[in-house]
Amino acid sequence: MQIDLKKFQETFFEEAAEHLSTMESGLLHLEESGSDNEFLNTIFRAAHSIKGAAGSFDFKEIVRLTHVMENVLDKLRSNLLAPTADLTQILLRASDRLREVVDATHRGEAGSVPIDDILPELEAVLNGGQPSEAPVADAAAPPGVPRGEVVYAVVFEPELEFFRQGQDLFLLLRELGELGEILSSECQRSRLPALDELDPEHCYLGWKVRVRTARAAQELRDVFMFVEGACRLEVTAEAVTAAPEASAAGAVRTERRAAADRRVESTSIRVSTEKVDGLINLVGELVISQAMVNQAVAALAMTPELEEALMVVQRSTRELQEQVMAIRMLPIGTVFNRFPRLVHDLTVKLGKRARLDIEGAETELDKSVIEQLGDPLTHLIRNSIDHGIEDPEQRALAGKPEEGVITLRAYHEGGTVVIEVADDGKGLDRERIRAKALAQGLIRADQPMTDEEVNGLIFAAGFSTAAVVSDVSGRGVGMDVVKRNVESLNGAISVHSTPGKGSRIRIRLPLTLAILDGLSVQLGRDTFIVPLLSIRQSVRPEPSDIKTVLGGRGEVFVLRGEPLPLVRLSRLFGVAGAVEDPQQGIVVVTENDGHRFGVLVDDVLGQLQVVVKSIERNYRKVEAVMGATILGDGRVAFIVDVAELHRVATRRKSPEEDGRSADGAAAAPLQEEVA
Amino acid sequence: MNDIPVQDVRSEDEGRRQFLTFTLGGEEYGVEILRVQEIKGFSAVTPIPNAPDYVKGVMNLRGTVVPVFDLRLKFGMERKDYDRFTVIVVVNVGARVVGLIVDSVSDVLDVEHDDLETSPDLGASVDTSILQGIARNNDRLITLLDIDRVVGEPRASVELAA
Repeated sequence: MQIDLKKFQETFFEEAAEHLSTMESGLLHLEESGSDNEFLNTIFRAAHSIKGAAGSFDFKEIVRLTHVMENVLDKLRSNLLAPTADLTQILLRASDRLREVVDATHRGEAGSVPIDDILPELEAVLNGGQPSEAPVADAAAPPGVPRGEVVYAVVFEPELEFFRQGQDLFLLLRELGELGEILSSECQRSRLPALDELDPEHCYLGWKVRVRTARAAQELRDVFMFVEGACRLEVTAEAVTAAPEASAAGAVRTERRAAADRRVESTSIRVSTEKVDGLINLVGELVISQAMVNQAVAALAMTPELEEALMVVQRSTRELQEQVMAIRMLPIGTVFNRFPRLVHDLTVKLGKRARLDIEGAETELDKSVIEQLGDPLTHLIRNSIDHGIEDPEQRALAGKPEEGVITLRAYHEGGTVVIEVADDGKGLDRERIRAKALAQGLIRADQPMTDEEVNGLIFAAGFSTAAVVSDVSGRGVGMDVVKRNVESLNGAISVHSTPGKGSRIRIRLPLTLAILDGLSVQLGRDTFIVPLLSIRQSVRPEPSDIKTVLGGRGEVFVLRGEPLPLVRLSRLFGVAGAVEDPQQGIVVVTENDGHRFGVLVDDVLGQLQVVVKSIERNYRKVEAVMGATILGDGRVAFIVDVAELHRVATRRKSPEEDGRSADGAAAAPLQEEVA
Repeated sequence: MNDIPVQDVRSEDEGRRQFLTFTLGGEEYGVEILRVQEIKGFSAVTPIPNAPDYVKGVMNLRGTVVPVFDLRLKFGMERKDYDRFTVIVVVNVGARVVGLIVDSVSDVLDVEHDDLETSPDLGASVDTSILQGIARNNDRLITLLDIDRVVGEPRASVELAA
């Protein structure tokens, strides 16, 4: 029987990567710390661990390289060598090479990365006690340029705005370094202005980097492919005899030190989301089993000890679930932090003055929710600046400070997260909104509307009131997209506004997509879950509340004078044995995208928090169902997708109806009747 | 085309292969044991809205939602009430996990090359593409199913038993 080494190898590579990081950050501190034994020991142990593990997998190159490195480190440790800059440099390059060899081995390409050039350098150090001359010079000396390698001089001068475009110099230089060996790098400071003229967000520096590589000049240029328009770039082949500068790779190394420092500070670990999701699943299961145990035991004669033990189990299980869910949580600041810049740029562009106040940046939300918040929030902030905040003159006239304030706020409220985008601008112009909505046929002239309802019109598709269509906002897309984005996260959005005082958009989101607050409803013998965020109310209908239209083809539920389409969930889902007479059941009023529906179910069982499970994973998509969950008794229940339910219901009123109305459009006029 | 799965059986591993055998309406079937994750007694499932009749519903398999197919109905056989012998065979189909309801499980059968016969031509009305072959064991005749094809995309029931 063959033992599968793959699994163990994977562990080796993971550990090797950690050891390499330790080694690198240790080496970067080596000079400062002198022959501080603790540092040296750490580096030595890292090298030693890699060597030992590599030996058991017979990764010969890794063993050879780490062995020599270990010897050098050992001499350093016993003070037979002094930690000079040159020596550190050699060790750093050796650890870089080691990383390459490890990576290549991981890819199954052992032997593809040569180590024969770095080994003699290390051995020279061992034999000579001190590197007799700069080893980098050694390597770059003309005879040492093998296999058609050429030395290129790369002159790279980013333009002033370089950082504003979000470019990272360090990444570029490092990528360049990966293509060959950096012989020298010179920072050009000629553009650097006097200190009082210096804009800290400008890039004044340029670099001249000499690289020895077997690659073509074009490949070096390709490194800068994405910043082409934003820099001056020259790549010239040099005579291979040029003598290298002594301060080899100075700039790159400084950058590296900074990067290594950042790494050391971080006390977090990277875990694949797959593993975390697995953990969440498992804990969800544990919570269910725990509830089942409680149910089963309740029937037995309880002793105080048993009762006590069950309580402890229950509490620990809950806490465990909270802790595990917390792993996926990130502070919302990760998305908030990009907006001060947006506000700054937009106000400059529009000739307005505003600042952004951020509150509650530490509020935590599920990673997947946060990732999808960027776009809607960007839209909202743009709108606030473009439509909300007035020009400084207008503000002065209105007796407000010239600088407007946009507040981005996040906080927890009863198991949900609320995000607010507020401004102290002119507020919504309800008269204009009404007029506009009327012109677009969104409302009727005689339609009575509350202020809140008028405000809500800004979320209607295609609605825009900007007098001038700017390139900032007001293209007629925006608020409806924002609303859709929020709803796809199972969230809800609303707007409050006071004329002259400003407006406030409130987004309420669930903490996570993995858990959902739902109402469990009964249909026949089955239980379904309806997301609580889409539910407005539940009503036991009176006979007069239910009307038929179009000769019985459509059913309407009249809620306080307002007719809503009635969906019989049991017919839509084909559930047998459900309540037929609406008065025996409950109408759950659901809302999606501003449209309200009455959904008839047998009974409402209660409110509960459910863990959302995928059905597609083992089966396929089920229409009007967004997922499944496992109930306290271990049974599976489906979670209704309200948005899709509304779509399906408007397409066909019920399965039987499908066959009858050949045109299939029968439901469409019905909607107009009742809207 | 029908004999492709049979070649698979013969080319893989020169030795024998093991099949879990079960009964459906007096007939014996087998699925490769390596594809079987576990065997469960029948327990209630939650019906899936608007699913084909052979898809009985979904069950909770330690926190995972797993669809359960009734193989009798899938093969167009007569419906049978579930009793204490009714068993759900949980199989792996690619990355998916699926439960199959069968009348009862029999045993694990070693199938040698020599015991294996290509599926006979059963006429145009029978889709033999879901078969890996037919195994003889003393006087038993066991139909070996190609589980990937049986539980491929949910589609119209396969006419196997006439």
